[in-house]
Amino acid sequence: MTAAAASLWDMTTTIVTTDRLTKRYGDHVAVDDVSLTVRPGEVYGFLGPNGAGKTTTLRMLLGLIRPSGGTATVLGHPPGAPAAVAEVGALIEGPGFYPYLSGRDNLRVMARYRRLGDETVDTALTRVDLHDRGDDAFSTYSLGMKQRLGVACALLGDPELLILDEPTNGLDPAGMADMRALIVALAGQGQSVMLSSHMLSEVEEICDRVGVISGGRLIAESTVSDIRGASTLYVRAEPADVALAVAMQVGGDDAARVLDDNGVRIELDAGSAPQVVRALVQAGADVYEVRTSERSLEEVFFEITAESIAGTTQGVSR
Amino acid sequence: MTTMTDTSQSGLSPLTGSARAELLRLRKWPAVWIMVAVWLLLDLLFAYVFNYVAYRTGSGPFGGDGVPPDALLADMAADAVPRIFTAGMPMFGGAIMLILGALATGSGYGWGTWKTTALQGPGRISTFGGTLGALAAVVASVVVATFVLNLAAAMVIAGVEGQPITWPNAGEAAQALGAGALIFGMWTAAGAFVGVLTRSPALAVGLGLVWSMAVENLLRGVSGILPGLEYVTDVLPGTAAGSLAGALGAGDQADGDGAPGVLTILDAGPAAVLLAGYLVVFVLVATTVSARRDLT
Repeated sequence: MTAAAASLWDMTTTIVTTDRLTKRYGDHVAVDDVSLTVRPGEVYGFLGPNGAGKTTTLRMLLGLIRPSGGTATVLGHPPGAPAAVAEVGALIEGPGFYPYLSGRDNLRVMARYRRLGDETVDTALTRVDLHDRGDDAFSTYSLGMKQRLGVACALLGDPELLILDEPTNGLDPAGMADMRALIVALAGQGQSVMLSSHMLSEVEEICDRVGVISGGRLIAESTVSDIRGASTLYVRAEPADVALAVAMQVGGDDAARVLDDNGVRIELDAGSAPQVVRALVQAGADVYEVRTSERSLEEVFFEITAESIAGTTQGVSR
Repeated sequence: MTTMTDTSQSGLSPLTGSARAELLRLRKWPAVWIMVAVWLLLDLLFAYVFNYVAYRTGSGPFGGDGVPPDALLADMAADAVPRIFTAGMPMFGGAIMLILGALATGSGYGWGTWKTTALQGPGRISTFGGTLGALAAVVASVVVATFVLNLAAAMVIAGVEGQPITWPNAGEAAQALGAGALIFGMWTAAGAFVGVLTRSPALAVGLGLVWSMAVENLLRGVSGILPGLEYVTDVLPGTAAGSLAGALGAGDQADGDGAPGVLTILDAGPAAVLLAGYLVVFVLVATTVSARRDLT
């Protein structure tokens, strides 16, 4: 494929595609038939608990490890092809730098590998707010500073795609907020970002689409709002059994669920609230609270991972 | 895109870019300077300072009782530099170069820097080739620096002793420089090779030193007792390195006038070919392994 054709290919289809990507270590399947897509200009969140296979998948996309099965395409090239890697900036499982060199010299080394000038180094250091500490040895950096240097390294040369493995790892709350703002800004410039995280709120906040991985399997891939589902009604009324009966009567038998605090969640939109309240009052219940509620990604995540573990991976939105 | 001020420097090949990167980080690595300084200091002490003290005090130098003072002085003359300058290289200098190679490749696995450099895009072979190229530049610099230091020491001694300065023959000097580069190059490649295989600088340095300083010597010692073993010991890396130095006239330890490790088992030609062969094998295997291995 020529460069022009590859570029056209990228623009019209996807930045990253995997097809049944698999990695086995002996009997252990670390990544199992993962098929995902990252589209141009989006922030793609790769979400899963520790050990779910996020980092292993990202390593395969970057050519650091060889897949045991399946295929992947990154920017129109096979993973690890120099032409693909040159257009990808990546931070995988913690920053790896020369401890005796300063942060700036570490980036100068990497810039030389990329055949870029030294001025890109200053730009990258400034973007992660490390400019003032750039001349200190890497070994003296705090965990958060090391992480930021890793992200700065990924930014060298403004690559088309950023692959960031847990980029907010080790950062304090302010640092996390800065990092998220930076990622959103990068996406705003047209760079595509694929980031992994075990922090649901983080992914929820900045990602356009998410892939949820658990036990090596991609169990859902969609937009955050699709995965979360439509908004629901939350009702707290006494007696609780009457409230549940009314909820089931109004919303249908499968649409109501009792939560831990004796509240009831009903799969109905906000427009149904008056009807529900009226029915509750007519049934003699005391209504304490009625509000619309959106499921957090966290709830969704635990629901679908529980389904996955139970072997019922079907029926999850794809 | 090709002007000198071009910031992308896209005129460089991936290998050249990688070698520039590696040279920068080796140049700024205190460990490299410490090893080079230790080697130059050892070379100066054993080739000149101790011999000069022995010459001045009239006592025999270490391991060389009965060497006439005139012979000592002749060894310290400028025209003897091509003969003497490889004497410390097969064993002590080689061991230091092995450490250099082992640290240069082995450390990157623990630090995670092989992973980081693999993510910069030149390709794994170019990335590792850059490291080897930078190491070659270090080796060449050390060999030249050693030669210059020895010449300077010889001239100082000649000046102090009122001896005429006799310049070394240019052909001999070139031969000695080539031999030094081959000996150091082979040991550095051996270190890089062990560093890649073990993925650990400590293990690589330890195993490499045990091999070069102990195992080879023990095997050569046993080969006198076990018939047939000498066919193996005659072609070991240390034998080749020691023989090349010996063939240049650095003297065998058995003569009482040479450094440990200097041998007269092989002639210069076969020794040089063997060294080059080891160098090529170490480089090829290390490059292949580092390029194909999963980086976890």
